[in-house]
Amino acid sequence: MEKHIKAPIEKQAAAKLKVGDYVYITGTIYTARDAAHKRMYEALSEGKELPVDIQKQMIYYMGPSPAREGRPIGSAGPTTASRMDKYAPQLLDLGLGAMIGKGKRSPEVIEAIRRNQSVYFAAVGGAGALLSKCITKSEVIAYDDLGTEAIRKLTVENFPVIVVIDSDGNNLYETAIKEYCTYSDDAEIR
Amino acid sequence: MIRTVHVEEITKNIKEMCIEANHYLSEDMDAAMKQAVETEKAPLGKQILTQLQENLQIAAKDMIPICQDTGMAVIFLEIGQDVHFEGGSLEDAVNEGVRQGYVDGFLRKSVVKDPLIRENTKDNTPAVIHTKIVQGDRVKIKVAPKGFGSENMSRVFMLKPAEGIEGVKHAVLTAVKDAGPNACPPMVVGVGIGGTFEKCALMAKEALTREVGSHSTIPYVRELEEELLSKINSLGIGPGGLGGTTTALAVNINTYPTHIAGLPVGVNICCHVNRHVIREL
Repeated sequence: MEKHIKAPIEKQAAAKLKVGDYVYITGTIYTARDAAHKRMYEALSEGKELPVDIQKQMIYYMGPSPAREGRPIGSAGPTTASRMDKYAPQLLDLGLGAMIGKGKRSPEVIEAIRRNQSVYFAAVGGAGALLSKCITKSEVIAYDDLGTEAIRKLTVENFPVIVVIDSDGNNLYETAIKEYCTYSDDAEIR
Repeated sequence: MIRTVHVEEITKNIKEMCIEANHYLSEDMDAAMKQAVETEKAPLGKQILTQLQENLQIAAKDMIPICQDTGMAVIFLEIGQDVHFEGGSLEDAVNEGVRQGYVDGFLRKSVVKDPLIRENTKDNTPAVIHTKIVQGDRVKIKVAPKGFGSENMSRVFMLKPAEGIEGVKHAVLTAVKDAGPNACPPMVVGVGIGGTFEKCALMAKEALTREVGSHSTIPYVRELEEELLSKINSLGIGPGGLGGTTTALAVNINTYPTHIAGLPVGVNICCHVNRHVIREL
C-alpha cells in the first residue's frame, strides 16, 4: 500500500505501517553510519549526551558523495544496515523512531523494533542519484571530522522507502523471498 | 622494439576512467539491466528495476555518481613486456590518477589508511593494483571501483577435491543466499575455481570485469555458468532482496590449474553497479 508520512515519526504512526508498504517520507531525518554510531555508543557508555536528541527521529544509514555546486548533496543511497546492528537496540530503547537502510537485521534488532513500536525501512540500494533528488537540504551537525560519515540533518521530500520490518516484527526479506522461490534442490544449500 | 609510455598518460587515463566508471554503466551491464526490467515477474521487483533505470539516467545527465559508494579503486594493468615507462613510478602514477579522479570528480572518499586505526585518507588512495606482464608493447588498463556492500558478502571456500562440481555449486549458492539483500541485487557473481587461496579470489575479482553475457570458452564451465545463473534466479531473492526472479544478471567463472590436494573456490559478489572501464594505450 502507498502511504505518505512525516518525519520525525510518532510510535502510533510507526505502528500503522506494515511490511510491504511503499512509503514516501517528508520532513527531517538524520544520517549516521559506522563511525558516527561508534562515537554515539562511546558517548553513551561514558554517560554523555548524544549530539542529537534521537526521540522520534529517523536515522538514515548513509554516507553521501560530495555535492556538486548548486546541489545540496551528492549521491545518497543507503548502506548495509547490519553493520549498525550492534548499536541499534540501545538507540531504539532511547526512543529512536525509525531506521532507513538496506539489508538484513539481527534478531536482537528485530526484537527491539517490536518492543519499541518502531520500524525499519529499506531504500533502494544503488539508487543514490535518484534518491539524492528527494533531498532538498543537507547540513552537517556533528562529527564533521568524519567526512562522509559525519551526522547530517537532511530535509527530504517524498523520499521513497519500503517497510521491511514492521512494529509486529514481520520481516519482508523472509516472506517476499518465499513467494518467488522455485528452488527445488534444497539439499544443495544449507 | 621497446615502446616508451610516459606515466602521465597512465595518470590522465585512470583519472578519466574513475569518473566514467562511476557515472555510466558499461554497455554490457546497461543492456542486462534493461533486459531485467522486461523479464522480472514480481511487481515490486519490476518497480525497483525501473527506479534503477531512472537512477542511471539521472547519474549520466546530472553527473551524480550512480551509487554513493564509489568504491575502492581496483586497477588491473596488463603491461606488454616491450613497454618502457618513463617519468616516474608507475604505482605513484596510478594512485595520482585515482586521487585526481576522486577529488576532481566529486566521488566519495571511502578508503582508510589503516584497517584498525581507520583514518580516512581523504583522496580514496591507495588503489588496489594488480599487474600482469604480457607479450607485446601495449598497456591495457581496467578500472573497476568496487563497492563494499557486496564485497563484504564475498567468500573463499577451500573445498576438498572429493566435493567436486557439486561442492562448487553449493559454495556459490551458499554465498549468494547469505548475501541476499545486503549485496544490492541484482548482482553479478564472479567465481574463481582452482589455483591457490589468493589466486581463486583474484580470478573471482577479474571475472567480474568480464563482459556480462559472455561465457567461458571451456564447455563444462559455460554449462556451469548457465546452470548456476538459473539456480540463483530461482532462489527468489529478487531486486533489492524484496522478492523476484532477477537475483543475478550473470555468473562469470574463471578457472586455473590447482594442487592435487585442493579445490579452492572464490566467490566475489558485485551489486548491480558492476563498474568496469577498459582502455588500451
